[in-house]
Amino acid sequence: MFDRGERPDAPTIIKLAIMAVGGQGGGVLTNWVVELAEAQGWHAQATAVAGVAQRTGATIYYIEMAPDTGRAPVFSLAPAPGDVDVLIAAEWMEAGRAVMRGFVTPDRTTLIASTHRAQAIVEKIVPGDGTAPAEEVDAAVRLAARDLIAFDMQRPAVASGSVISATLFGALAGSGSLPFEASAFEDVIRRSGRGVDASLKAFLCGLDGPSDEPATPVLREKPAVVGTDAQLAAYAKLKDRLSGLPEPAREMAAAGLRKVVDFQDVDYGGEYLDLVDGFAARDGHPEALLTVAAAKHIANAMAYDDVIRVADLKTRRDRFSRIDAEMNRADRAMHLTEFMHPRIEEVCSTLPARLGQWIEDRPRLSAWLDRRINRGRRVRTDTIWGFGMLWLVAGRKPHRRGTLRHRIETEHRDRWLEIVHETLATDYALATETLNCRRLIKGYSDTHVRGNSKFDKVLSALPLLEGREDAADWLRRLREAALQDEHGKALDGALKTVQSFTQEPAPAP
Amino acid sequence: MAERSFAREVEKLRLGAGETFRGEGILAITKALLESGVGYVGGYQGAPISHLMDVLADSQDILKELGVHFEASASEAAATAMLAASVHYPIRGAATFKSTVGLNVASDALANLASGGVTGGTLLIIGEDYGEGSSIMQERSHSFATKSQVWLLDPRPNHPSIVKAVKDGFALSEASNTPVMLEVRIRACHVTGAFETEDNVRPPLTVRDALEAPRRKTDRVVLPPASYQHEQEKIEKRLPAAKSFIAANRLNEYFGPETGEIGVILQGGMYNGVNRALERLGLSDLYGDARIPMHVLNVTYPLLEEEITGFCAGKRAVMIVEEGQPAYLEDAIGAILYRAGSSCKLIGKGPLPMAGEYTGQVLLDGMVTFLRDHGPSLLPDAARAPNAEPKPEVPDLSGVVPGRPPSFCTGCPERPIFAATKLVEQELGPHHIASDIGCHLFSILPPFEIGGTTMGYGLGPASASAFKADGARRSISFIGDGGFWHNGLTSSIGNAVFNEQDGVIVVVDNYYSAATGGQDILSSRAQNKTKSTNHPITQAVKGMGVEWVRQIDRTYDVNAMRDVLTEALTTEVTGPKVIVASSECMLNRQRRERPLRAKAKKAGERVVTRRFGVDEAVCTGDHACMRLSGCPSLGLKHLDDPLRDDPVASIDETCVGCGNCGEVADAAVLCPSFYRADVIDNPSAWDRLTARLNQRVIGWMQNRRERSKLRLHESAHV
Repeated sequence: MFDRGERPDAPTIIKLAIMAVGGQGGGVLTNWVVELAEAQGWHAQATAVAGVAQRTGATIYYIEMAPDTGRAPVFSLAPAPGDVDVLIAAEWMEAGRAVMRGFVTPDRTTLIASTHRAQAIVEKIVPGDGTAPAEEVDAAVRLAARDLIAFDMQRPAVASGSVISATLFGALAGSGSLPFEASAFEDVIRRSGRGVDASLKAFLCGLDGPSDEPATPVLREKPAVVGTDAQLAAYAKLKDRLSGLPEPAREMAAAGLRKVVDFQDVDYGGEYLDLVDGFAARDGHPEALLTVAAAKHIANAMAYDDVIRVADLKTRRDRFSRIDAEMNRADRAMHLTEFMHPRIEEVCSTLPARLGQWIEDRPRLSAWLDRRINRGRRVRTDTIWGFGMLWLVAGRKPHRRGTLRHRIETEHRDRWLEIVHETLATDYALATETLNCRRLIKGYSDTHVRGNSKFDKVLSALPLLEGREDAADWLRRLREAALQDEHGKALDGALKTVQSFTQEPAPAP
Repeated sequence: MAERSFAREVEKLRLGAGETFRGEGILAITKALLESGVGYVGGYQGAPISHLMDVLADSQDILKELGVHFEASASEAAATAMLAASVHYPIRGAATFKSTVGLNVASDALANLASGGVTGGTLLIIGEDYGEGSSIMQERSHSFATKSQVWLLDPRPNHPSIVKAVKDGFALSEASNTPVMLEVRIRACHVTGAFETEDNVRPPLTVRDALEAPRRKTDRVVLPPASYQHEQEKIEKRLPAAKSFIAANRLNEYFGPETGEIGVILQGGMYNGVNRALERLGLSDLYGDARIPMHVLNVTYPLLEEEITGFCAGKRAVMIVEEGQPAYLEDAIGAILYRAGSSCKLIGKGPLPMAGEYTGQVLLDGMVTFLRDHGPSLLPDAARAPNAEPKPEVPDLSGVVPGRPPSFCTGCPERPIFAATKLVEQELGPHHIASDIGCHLFSILPPFEIGGTTMGYGLGPASASAFKADGARRSISFIGDGGFWHNGLTSSIGNAVFNEQDGVIVVVDNYYSAATGGQDILSSRAQNKTKSTNHPITQAVKGMGVEWVRQIDRTYDVNAMRDVLTEALTTEVTGPKVIVASSECMLNRQRRERPLRAKAKKAGERVVTRRFGVDEAVCTGDHACMRLSGCPSLGLKHLDDPLRDDPVASIDETCVGCGNCGEVADAAVLCPSFYRADVIDNPSAWDRLTARLNQRVIGWMQNRRERSKLRLHESAHV
C-alpha cells in the first residue's frame, strides 16, 4: 500500500476489531466498549455478523468511535486491512488469523491477544498431534503489531468465575490505547448488573497483565515414594542402576522406570532396565538417541493398557482428589460414573494365558460369551459396588504376568526389539526410528487394533529401506504419515512412494 | 421462546416523540414500522432479520394496544401472501425475511401481489445475507424487483436513513400502488446506532375493521383479462407515479461538490464503505465532506433517467459502485447515458470486482484505480506513485492458522445423531446422504463429513428422491424440524410417500427453529401464549401416509440412534422410513434451565450439575473420541510427561454434561477414559448418608491396597 492520504487536521477516530470464537463473550465485550465510549461522550458504532457466532465459528466484531463534535460521523461497517488501531484476539490462532487478514500492521495496530488455545476441530481429529504451531503465530505477531499485549487471559477469567471477555476488557484498559480512565471501564461493568463481582475480578487480572506464575503449575519436586522397607530398598537399587546409563538418557529412563514399576512391581522395573541396558551397551552416540528412544518406548510398551491397569488407575485415592479439584466439588456430594464396554477379548486377555487362549480358539463359545458380556456398562465408582468391582479387577495385578494379554504384549515387544537389535548392526539411525514407531500403538479395542496394524505396516517397509542412506528419514516420514489420519490414507500413499523408488514388489498386505 | 430475551428492546418500542432510540439496526426498523402506522406484520425468521421477528413476538402487549396484527408465518411465501390484506384495503402491511433465499420461496406470492398492485402501503424488509459470514448462496435480490416490478430501496446504513426509508417506502408504495422492498445488508441489520423517535401511530384502518367491512374488485385478481391490464398499468401508471414520487421527495441524495470532472454513483448501502475509501485517500472526511460529487441511490429500482443524466452531465467519468452480480445498475445506467448521447465514461466492474463482497480493501483498491485512470490530480502523491516502502516480512500464516467454521454447539443434541450415522456407515458402508438447511448441515464438515448436497429449506429428502432403485443400498436424507414445517411435510414427506420412495428420512427435531435463533414452531414443546405448539411430527408424518415411523426421544442415546438407523436401512419394509430424532437444542435448554438451577441452588434445593472428565493416565491420545464428537468443550491437552508424545483428551469447564462422550465411548467401544461427575448442591440427608457410608468402605479398600504396594505418587501435573 501507500502512505495514508489523511488530512493532517483529520478528526480523531479509533478503529477497534475483536476476533473471537463463539461462546467467548465477543458480543458482550463489544457492547461494553460501545457503552464505554458513549459514556465518555464519544460517538460509537459496532457491528458484527452475529448468529453464526453462537455456533462456535470464528467471528469478527468491529467498533469505530470518535469524539462528539456535534456532527454525525460516517463510520465504516467492517474492518479493512491496514486500517485497524486496536485488535483484540480472544484466542491465539485468532490473533494469527488477524495478522493473516492484514488487520495487524506495524504502523498503527495495538494487538491485545490471549495466548491460550481453543483448538479447532481439524486440529483435534488428527490421531497424532495436530495442534497448530503456536510459535509461528508468536513470530508473526511480534513483527506485525506496533504494540503487543499477549498473555493467557483465559486462565484468570475462568479462575474468577467469569468469561475471557472481562479479562480482555481489562487488558484493553491497561493498554492505554483508548483515552479513557480504567475507572470508566469498571463503571461499565458495574452498570451491566450481571455477574459484576466475577467480571471485575477478571477485569483486574487483564488490567494488571500477566502474573509471574507459570502457565500450568507443575509439581517439580521429586515424587514421594511410599512402601515397605524391602520395596523401598529394591526400588532404590534400581534407581542406582540409572547412573550406569548414558547421561542424556537418564531422565527418560527414570520416568520410564517409574512408569513400569507403578504399572507392575519392582521386579518389572528390573526387566525394564535390563532391556534398556541392552541398547545402552551398543550406543556410542554422544546424545544417546538410541537409548533415549529405548527408555521411552520400552516403558510405554511394558506399561500396556490392560483392564487391570485401567481398574487400578480408576480406583486410586489421588484420582479422586484430582477429580474433586477439577469439579470444584468442595463439600458437595458427587456421583461418579465410568463408561466401560468390556468385550470377550478384554475378558480373555485378563484370564490365565492358557484358559484365555482356549476360549479364543473356540469361536462359537467365545461368540456365545461375548453376547453376554459385550455391552456398555456404567460403573458408579463412588459406590461400594462399582468401586469394589474395579478394585477386585485391579487386585489381579500380582497375577498379571500369567495373563494372555501379558503373553501377547511380551511377544510383540520382544519381536520388535529383536528387529531393532538386528537393524542396529547396520544402521543406528534406522534402529532408533524403529524404536520410535512404537508411538503408533495406542488406544483400546478397535483403535488399538488399528494402531497395531499401522505399526506393522510401517515396519513392513524396513526390508525395503535397509541399506539406504536415507532409510531412517523415510521411516520417520512413514510414521508421521500414519499419524495424520484415522484410516491410514496418508500412510498408504507414503508407502507407495517408498515402494516406487525401491523398485521392489509390494510387500504382502 | 427465542434464544435471546428482548424484554429491554420491547420497551424501546414505546419511545415517543423527541426521545432517542439506541440499539441494533433491525430493531430501529421495527420501531419505524410502528411509527408508520403499520396494520399487520409477518415474516419468517433467519439471519439477519430474526431479531425483528423476535422483538415483535415479545411485544404482544404493545401491538395489541395499537391494534397491530403480528404473525410468525409458516414460510416466506406465507408471509408475502399475507400482504394480500393490503390489496383492497388501505392498511399498511410489512413482511420480512432473509434474502435471496426468502425471495426464492416468496416469489410466487410476490409476483401475484405485484401484478394486481396494492392499495395500502406494503413493505418487504429483505435482510441481505451476502458476503463474509453468509450462510447461503451468493445472489442478488435486485432481479426479483425488476422481474415483478417491485421498487427496491437500498438506504445508507445508518439508523436515521433506514428509519426514513421505512416511512418513504410505505408512502412510495401507496403513491404507486406497488409493493416496495427495503434491502438491508447483514451488517446494517446488526449495526448499533441511534435515531430520534416519533410517537407510534395506530393504523387508521385495522385488520378488524377490514374484516367487518369486506371489499373486492375483480380487476385486482390475477386472471385474464385483468392480468394483461395489470402489465399495462405497471408501465403506464405505476412506474411514472413511482418516479415522480422519488424525484419529488428526493429519496436519492447528493454529497460533495456540485460539480466536478469525475463522480461516483453508488448504492445507498455502499455509502459508508465508499466514504471510508475516499477518506483514506484524503478525498473525504469522517463527516462525509467528500471532495468529489457523489450520487447516492437510496432507490436502486427504478432509476430516474433525469437524475442520472443530470449527474453525469459535464463529467468525464463516473464510477458505479454496485455490489454483486450481474451488474444490473451499471448496465441500466449505461443504457440511460447512451440513449441520452452522453460522452461520460462509465467505470464500474473492472476496477471493482464483478463478484464478491465490497470490503474496505476492495473499495479502496477500486477507487485508486478509478482515480489513477480518470482523476490522477486528486490522488495523494503516495497513491499516484506508489513508493514501495520496505515493510517487515510477516510470515505467511495461511498454512498455520486452522479454519474455524461454525459447528455444533457444546452439548448439541444433533452431534450424537451424526456420530451414530458415522458408526452405521462404518458397519454398513457408505451411503448417499442428502442434507438440508439448518444447524444439522454442519454435519458436512469435520469431524463427521456426512452429506453431499443441500438443495433448500425442507428439501433434503426431496433432493434424494431420484435415488430409487429397488434392492439397492438405501439413501439417507436429513431434514430439520424447521424445514419440515416450512414446506418439507409436502415437498419431502408427501413426495416420498406418493412416489413410493424407499429411502431413510431423519427428521432432526430440536424443539425450535434453532439455527435462526430458537423460535417456536408447530412441534415445539413449549407452551406459547400466542401460538399453537405441541403438534408431534410423527403424527403429521403418519397423516401424510408414512407407515414406517420411529420416534427417538433422547438423541444422546447413540446406541439407540445407531440401532434404529440400521433397522431403517435393512428392514424389508418398503416405502419411506422416517425417524424423528428429538432432543432439545442445548443452547436454548441452557438459557431456559440455567437461571432456574441458580435459583433452586440459592433456595437450598437439591440440584445436580453434570460434567464429564477424562482420566489423563487412561487416555492414550488417539483422539478417536474427537472424530465422533467435535465438541468445543472436548479439546487436547499436552502432558508434562516425557514418555508421552501425543496430547490427551481434556474436557473444560464449559461442558454441559450432555452425555455424548460417554455414549460414544460405549457405542463405538472406544476407551474407558471418560467419567461423568454429578455434583450435588444441597444434598439430601440420604445423599449424605450414602456418601459417608460409601466413602468409608472405599477408603478402607484403598488403604488395604496401598499397604501392600509401592506407591510412586503422580509426578506430572496438578
